[in-house]
Amino acid sequence: MSYTAQDYKKGQPRWCPGCGDHFFLASLHKAMAEIGVDPWNNAVISGIGCSSRLPHYMATYGMNTIHGRAAAIATGAKVANPNLTVWQVSGDGDGLAIGGNHFIHANRRNINLNMILLNNRIYGLTKGQYSPTSPRGFVSKSSPYGTVEDPFRPAELCFGARGHFFARAVATDTPATVEILKAAYQHKGASVCEILQNCVIFNNGTHDSVYTKEGRAKNAIYVEHGKPLIFGENREYGLVQEGFGLKVVEIGKDGITEKDILVHDAHCEDNTLQLKLALMGNGDGFPIALGVIRDVEAPTYDDSVTAQIEEVKAAKKYHNFAELLETNDIWEVK
Amino acid sequence: MSDELEIKELEEVVVRFSGDSGDGMQLAGNIFSTVSATVGNSISTFPDYPADIRAPQGSLTGVSGFQVHIGAGQVYTPGDKCDVLVAMNAAALKTQYRYAKPGAAIIIDTDSFGPKDLEKAAFKTADYLGEMGIDPDRVIACPISQMVKDCLADSGMDVKAMMKCRNMFALGLVCWLFDRDLEVAFNYLKEKFAKKAGVAEANIKVIKAGYDYGHNTHSSVANVYRIETKHKVPGRYMDITGNKATAYGFIAAAEKAELKLYLGSYPITPATDVLHELSKHKSLGVTTVQCEDEIAGCASALGASFAGALGVTSTSGPGICLKSEAMNLAVIMELPLVVLDVQRGGPATGLPTKSEQTDLLQCLFGRNGESPMPVIAATSPTDCFDAAYQASKMALEHMTPVILMTDAYIANGSSAFKLPNLADYPAINPPYVPEELKGQWAPYLRDEKTKVRYWAVPGREGFEHILGGLEKDNQTGAISTNPENHDLMTRLRKEKVDKIPVPDLEVLGDKDDADLLIVGFGGTFGHLHAAMDEMRAAGKKVAMAHFKFINPLPKNTAYVLMKYKKVVVAEQNMGQLASWLRMKVDGFVPYQFNQVKGQPFVVEELVNAFEDILKK
Repeated sequence: MSYTAQDYKKGQPRWCPGCGDHFFLASLHKAMAEIGVDPWNNAVISGIGCSSRLPHYMATYGMNTIHGRAAAIATGAKVANPNLTVWQVSGDGDGLAIGGNHFIHANRRNINLNMILLNNRIYGLTKGQYSPTSPRGFVSKSSPYGTVEDPFRPAELCFGARGHFFARAVATDTPATVEILKAAYQHKGASVCEILQNCVIFNNGTHDSVYTKEGRAKNAIYVEHGKPLIFGENREYGLVQEGFGLKVVEIGKDGITEKDILVHDAHCEDNTLQLKLALMGNGDGFPIALGVIRDVEAPTYDDSVTAQIEEVKAAKKYHNFAELLETNDIWEVK
Repeated sequence: MSDELEIKELEEVVVRFSGDSGDGMQLAGNIFSTVSATVGNSISTFPDYPADIRAPQGSLTGVSGFQVHIGAGQVYTPGDKCDVLVAMNAAALKTQYRYAKPGAAIIIDTDSFGPKDLEKAAFKTADYLGEMGIDPDRVIACPISQMVKDCLADSGMDVKAMMKCRNMFALGLVCWLFDRDLEVAFNYLKEKFAKKAGVAEANIKVIKAGYDYGHNTHSSVANVYRIETKHKVPGRYMDITGNKATAYGFIAAAEKAELKLYLGSYPITPATDVLHELSKHKSLGVTTVQCEDEIAGCASALGASFAGALGVTSTSGPGICLKSEAMNLAVIMELPLVVLDVQRGGPATGLPTKSEQTDLLQCLFGRNGESPMPVIAATSPTDCFDAAYQASKMALEHMTPVILMTDAYIANGSSAFKLPNLADYPAINPPYVPEELKGQWAPYLRDEKTKVRYWAVPGREGFEHILGGLEKDNQTGAISTNPENHDLMTRLRKEKVDKIPVPDLEVLGDKDDADLLIVGFGGTFGHLHAAMDEMRAAGKKVAMAHFKFINPLPKNTAYVLMKYKKVVVAEQNMGQLASWLRMKVDGFVPYQFNQVKGQPFVVEELVNAFEDILKK
């Protein structure tokens, strides 16, 4: 059966006009239609926060749960019912502050969840406090003199938790967002998609450098497995490895040709260079990496649970409660 | 010492095995209780182990005990004090002697009473018996270590391995003392060490040696005791701890409901054995996830319920604190969930290995908002099975989280369990949404009579819906802050729980003319029953009513509580059940007996306290 985005849509979103959540929601509808899993076989599970309202706008099964616990709840749903396609949706506060523990453990266990992290670097629903992804010195209502703490960089956290999939897109960039969502679905295991999105009210402009098409042409690099890491308005720059790090070079200058440019390997087990790509920032003279940065196959938790149950079923002679009782030391009173 | 061996019949006897944590006292106690149960004796056991992971060998804090109560008739508790105390070292004698009745027989391993052992056990002189005021005639002083070494001299085992068999010598001696058939013990060991035939053989050899030692010396006691069985209930039995029975109850309920059993849990004393037990039974399709924390244990179980499983989370009091927000999510989403609270001493980390009933008000009220949740408290190790089954049935049929309370005492204690036949248990029918409602269904449409909403499990076409922690419109299921709707939904959630049918409160003892009604809940059933029996045997008119169903309360609660002149609510907390009953029953003013020692009640203390109340 083929679907359209309309088949996954429900209700009227209540986010502020211009909020990145609107853009992302449209991309998710579109991606789900292209993926084609029946609406009733999808479960969209969120925590609390602006972005966690998202399940209410889905014509699928879903839960808008409690703050921080979406990944844990999604874990139970997926393990108990592996036939479901489970999408876990959190903001940066929900996913990385109060829910940080569940985020890292879902990655470590490699549960087959599509984990969406809508990162606007602010608490919007509580009206403007800094989040765990706000940069050091960030001024907000709860940090009037600037924060004195360093932020999490989601990719670093994902990789540190042995995550096997990490992709990034800008909320306004629909085609690229749809692509990474589809890749996340295709990937078996925990797939983290970081969505860079704007909060027009409390953190306007936070992803300014890449929020428009023009900006991305200048300040972002679309990475693609097997393709050289080339970027720039005229594709004039590339990335090469230098020492322990990456370096931006200009193609055609100093004898550099396309052949010298590093070729992206999302499937490489060793995540060293993938992490370097993921951590590139405009402030350091690098483009921001968009697309699927890491996508490595590994055994998933839910598959392993099912396989182990089958294995033990085959090995053990008791398969129901009555037979279980018989495995004990039993005596008879006559 | 008499040459003529006299066999005396006893009604009941309490044996306490004690030694270093590593001495295998739990195993010796378990075998002795199994051997006794096999002849149809009633049994009740209680392990008393230290909180330290492994205290220094021979130290006072490292003593572990295992008490077994066997009786010709029904026994309800592991016994206040013991008739036979086995003390495998000086520290055990020092710390455990207070659990011995006056005149109790005491078995000691004299090889563990050397100067160093005595020093570690804080004895001041070499005359340890004198120091403790123990009559040497009551002591079976036996060089157990040496005899075990001699017995296993040809086994090729090293001394360390040999010393692990000391417990079996003591067991053999106790078996002789009570005229027990060793064959059952041998079979137990053969099975336990099925993969280590050498170990089984060595243990069996040592049991025989202990038995023969008793026989040959008649030890220092002149009697062998026999506990005949009076009221045999024919059937097939096994020994079961409360935690194992709880796990079995969940398995049975899931099978009956034809649902996958999912346990989300985080290790915590004294609940961890439920996680251990359920993790073994993957061949029945049981799924257990050891989560990253208590919160995830509960949250993932709720996720599993949403996805169509029987979701269970197991913990103790501190874990309930952490799970309460996710439990409340289950309240508002109206999904089935069973939360097991194996109570321990609190507050905070408290007394992790000890038993209390101090979580009752937490279970009833410890959540934000109006949060009605059924509460069931199991009354004995074997009742844990029924209670877990009932809690699961209630959760699944009434679309609600249910708290199942047990405690460290019944969770670790064991008794003989008549093998249940699942066919005799009531059906479990979750309210799956009928197919004909497709198109008109919304998640909070309810059955008119029960007020239970229907369950649409993901994967069913045409019933896609969103649940969540925000208040919903009672008709459409959409988010709603409408004041009338919230008031209505609050009432509906309460009404739904209030309407859950629970059995009437049963009155035991002198139900028509009691001068005192003893009231309790959960794991104190055995002790309160024993206290009532003792008082009635002394000619007092006493009845008891014991609560297993705490929310909702049985319908006849007020009738029973108001019927008797004097009522005492006895509980291992500062009066939590009494508070709850006073809140629910107008004019109810009970006497209270409250004790929070981390130890089971002592029947004698209960009797004394209740007699004082009768005199008032």
